[in-house]
Order: sequence, then structure tokens, then C-alpha cells
Amino acid sequence: MTTAPTPVPASASAARSGGGGAPGSVTPESPATTAAAKAPRPGRRGGPRGRAWLAALPLLLFFAIGFGLPAVAIAVGAFTTSSDAPDGGGTFTTDNLTGSLQGAYFTALWGSVKLSLLTALIAAVVGLPLAQAVATSRFRMFREAVMSASGVLANFGGVPLAFMFVATLGNSGEVTKQFGLTKHGWSLYTFSGLSVVYLYFLVPLMVITITPALEGLRTQWREAAANNGATGVQYWRHVALPVLAPSLLGGFVLLFGASFAAYATAEAMVGSSVPLISMQIGDALSGNVLVGQGNLALALGLDMIVVACLVMAVYLPLQRRSAKWLA
Amino acid sequence: MARLINRIRFGRGLVLLICGTYFAVPMAASLWFSIDDNKGGTTFRAYTELVNAPGFTDSLVLSLELAGVSVAVLLLLLVPAMLAARLGAPKLRPVIEIMCSMPLVVPVVALTTGIIGVLRWGPDYLQDTPFFQTVVAIQDPNFPIVLVIAYVLMALPFAYRALDAGMRGVDVVTLVEAARNCGAGWLRAVFTVVLPNLRSGLLNAAVLTVALVLGEFTTASILGFAPFSVWINSNGKSDGQMSVAVSMLSLLIVWLVLLLMSAVGRGRKAARS
Repeated sequence: MTTAPTPVPASASAARSGGGGAPGSVTPESPATTAAAKAPRPGRRGGPRGRAWLAALPLLLFFAIGFGLPAVAIAVGAFTTSSDAPDGGGTFTTDNLTGSLQGAYFTALWGSVKLSLLTALIAAVVGLPLAQAVATSRFRMFREAVMSASGVLANFGGVPLAFMFVATLGNSGEVTKQFGLTKHGWSLYTFSGLSVVYLYFLVPLMVITITPALEGLRTQWREAAANNGATGVQYWRHVALPVLAPSLLGGFVLLFGASFAAYATAEAMVGSSVPLISMQIGDALSGNVLVGQGNLALALGLDMIVVACLVMAVYLPLQRRSAKWLA
Repeated sequence: MARLINRIRFGRGLVLLICGTYFAVPMAASLWFSIDDNKGGTTFRAYTELVNAPGFTDSLVLSLELAGVSVAVLLLLLVPAMLAARLGAPKLRPVIEIMCSMPLVVPVVALTTGIIGVLRWGPDYLQDTPFFQTVVAIQDPNFPIVLVIAYVLMALPFAYRALDAGMRGVDVVTLVEAARNCGAGWLRAVFTVVLPNLRSGLLNAAVLTVALVLGEFTTASILGFAPFSVWINSNGKSDGQMSVAVSMLSLLIVWLVLLLMSAVGRGRKAARS
């Protein structure tokens, strides 16, 4: 089932739609709407415009409560002492934030960043040739099968994925038993084990993200390069890769975000034996912190949001740029 | 030239072989694990005893209920707002779009921290107000409304894109104008003309939401509720074989659902041309 904890699938579909939803590409409004918008008839039950806002009101209210309140809770909580603190709570402090960037928590944050960088890099490097091999395949059925499989696997994650790998490469997993891997020092419940598992949904995600860009590479470019005497390597070095660069980088950043936010897989598989920021937040929320540090989890959440915002800030411009190139 | 082509073919074959192995082995091994009786034979115990496993039905029912309610709430909130943005207030559109992209920026774990932060206000500050009862009520373990809120938020971006794609393919404004010119009222125009035309977009949004809710683990587990994915995890501690079996089944179900969706989409396209 879907990896709910990651923001992945939506972004992937955003990538597929070529950033069509970007504000820059507003579809031309039909004359009727513009007229209605320009000529509001005041006094007649607020006019169509007023009614339109009325129809959107439930969504706006829901969002304000469901998203706004938690956001306020994080923003306020991260900078105030918690209610179990000696001073009764509610006073301004930056201790939560500094605490969340020290000791075990810093190790976890760094661990998450390292894991995400490594897995995103491997997935990008593996995903590109795979996507290329599939995109240029002569068999349409094969292409469609791989794309649909990628769609499923990119969304497949969380607990079921963890169990599949425990059954395969865990201590009593079938492959482990078959080849006696434990004797060679293999353990699934480590940093490298977790990386192997993460690739299972990151590589398909990369394939989905990069395929539209690969399909946008015109055969004429390749032929033109060949006519000018370029070898395959030269074509890739000077033509294809520069064109693909924004998409590749965008894909990489997207994978980083997916891997960074993942929680369920690691929780079901390794618990907290591999230090990851998402695990630490889960621990801290379950009350596993020192007295008076109840708001530390909120500060950790804030750390995570900051990283995710950075990721998006890099991803969105790249996404727009590559959409422009390959339109 | 022929040698070059051969080399490319070979490279492609190698890439596909390695990747194919990596993706096929865990599936095959899990399947084998779920029917291995550890004495060299096979057993289908994990599949046959599934229904009788403690907690299986309860957690599955809870998950399905959550999924159903989440879909209903999501569509009731999103569809009127999106239609209104197209029909009457173009300025609303960027607002909705930004709103629906924001949950993407916040990792689910972080969203959960925020939710817990809000829920803590209950006992801390609201003890004597009617709000306290509300805070308690939305955490009812039999049907945690707080999870519905979280799931609707998480599904907003997916559903928005699915619906937006659907509305892009249909000229909603013209449809409504035509219906109004024929004498239909607003409600009638929307329900009998617009919504049937958005069927596939609505279906996509619903299916994505259901898949998300059924697989969601983070929020439910941190908040301490026990829907299906949490059950798989806790059951796995006592009966690994059964949880692997369930994992395989869930993969199969997601696959079937997606195949069905693309088949429906293709059928509609064929019918139109």
C-alpha cells in the first residue's frame, strides 16, 4: 500500500504533469468567467463571486483548523517551555531548538541526512540507465508494464515493505538462510541494510520522475550529434546530460525528500537502532524525553520542516525549468 | 556500427537484468517465506488463518471506515471549492493551489507532532471549556476523527492534482453555461452535468485517498490508534509469517487497483474518440 509518510506520489505526479499546475501556466479563462469576475453585481446576494467564496469556505476553514492549528502549535511550542517544566511552561526559550540540534538528536538528524543523500544518489544513478533502457525499448507492452510496476513500487512502502525485506534479508530471511549471509557479517538492521530497503521504492520513483524528461530528448539531437561526428559518450556528455540536468537534479532532490520523511519502514524494521530524526521524533512524542523537555519533539518537527522546505525550494524552480526545456 | 549496437543491447540487457533481480527477489522470497513451513515443505496456514487472527477484522474494518469517511470529507470540501474557483472566483484558484501543496512540505511525522501539540492544549488550557469535550471526542479510539483530519490533509495534494487534471480535460464553464441556458438551476447543472463529466477525476482522487489511508502508519501509530497497518506491524512481532503474507496481499491489491484505474481511464478515452 502507499507510503503515506512520504510526500512522494503527489510530487511524482506533479513531475509527470510537467508542472502544468504552476502559476505561470494559467489556462486562459473563458470570456464568461472574466466577465463575471470583472462585473460583480453587488447587492444581489453577494453576486456569483461571493457565492463562490462561500462554496470554498468549508475547505478554507478546515485547512485553517487542521493545518493552521498544528502549524501554530509547532511554531509556538518549539520556542516555549513545556507545561511540565519547573516554571509552569509557556515562557519563551530557544533551549528546545538548541537541544534538538545537539547530542543524540544531532546524530539522528545527521544520520537522516546521510541516509537520504546516499540513497537518493544511488537511486538517481541506477534509475537513469534503467529509465533509459526502458524508455528506448522497442516493446510497448514492456514499457507500459515497467511504468505501471514503477508506479506501484514507488507508492509501496511503509510496513509491508519492511516485512518483505525482513522475510528476504532479515536474520531468518529466505535469502539470508540460503546463502548464510549472517556469517559474512550481513545484517539488515543497520544503516546499509536500511539503504537497500529504501532503494526499493526510490529507484522506481526516479524512473517515474525522469522518464518524461528522457522521452523529451529528441532523436534529431542524437542524429545531429552523430552527423557532426560525435560518439555516444560525447552525445551524452555535451547534449543529453546538460538538457537532463535540471530534471536529474530535481529528481535527486525529490528522492532526498522522500527518503528523509520516511518513517514507517524504518520504524517497523529497525526501531531506533539506526539513529534517524523521524524515529527520534516518534520516541520523543511517546514521552521518551526528560522531564521539562516535552516541547523538544516540536522543535525536532520544526527542524524537519526546515529541511523539507529547503528541499522544495530547490525542487520547484528546477521542476519549472525542466518543464520549459522539454515542453 | 553493428558492434556498437550490440554493445548498447548488451548494456541494456545487463541493466534490466540487475534491476529485475533486485526487484523480483524480495517478492519471490517473501512469497516463499509466507508458505515455508521450515521443514522443507509448504503450508498455507498464514493465509487460511488470517481471518481468525486476533484484531485482523477489527483493524481492517477501522481502516476501511476511516478510508470511506476521509474520501467523503475530502470530496465534499474540495470539489465545491475547486468548481467555485473555476466558475466564479478565479482569484480563489491560486489560493487553493497553494493550500493544497502545503501539506507536501511538511513531513507526516512533523504534522503529527503539530497535531499532538494541539491535542495537548486540551488538558493544559481548555480543561473547563466545552472545547475540551471536543478534543476528547475526536480521539475516540473506536473512530478517531483526528485521524480523518490528518488523512484528509495528507490526501489534499494528490486529490487536488487528480481533480485538477480531470477539470482540465472538461470545459466546466461552458458546460455550466449550456446547462443554465437550458433552464437548469445551479445545483442541477453541477450534479447532472458537471460531476458526471468529472467521473474519472473523482474516481482517481478517491482511489488515491483510499490507498493512502489503508497504508498510513506514521500518524496512527504515534497517536496510538490501531488501524490495519499498525496491526500488521504489531502482529508481525508475534507471527512474522502472517504479516509477510498480509504484506504480499496488500501489494497485490494496490497493483490490481491501479491496473483497474488505468483500464477505466483507457476505456473512457476509447469511448470518446
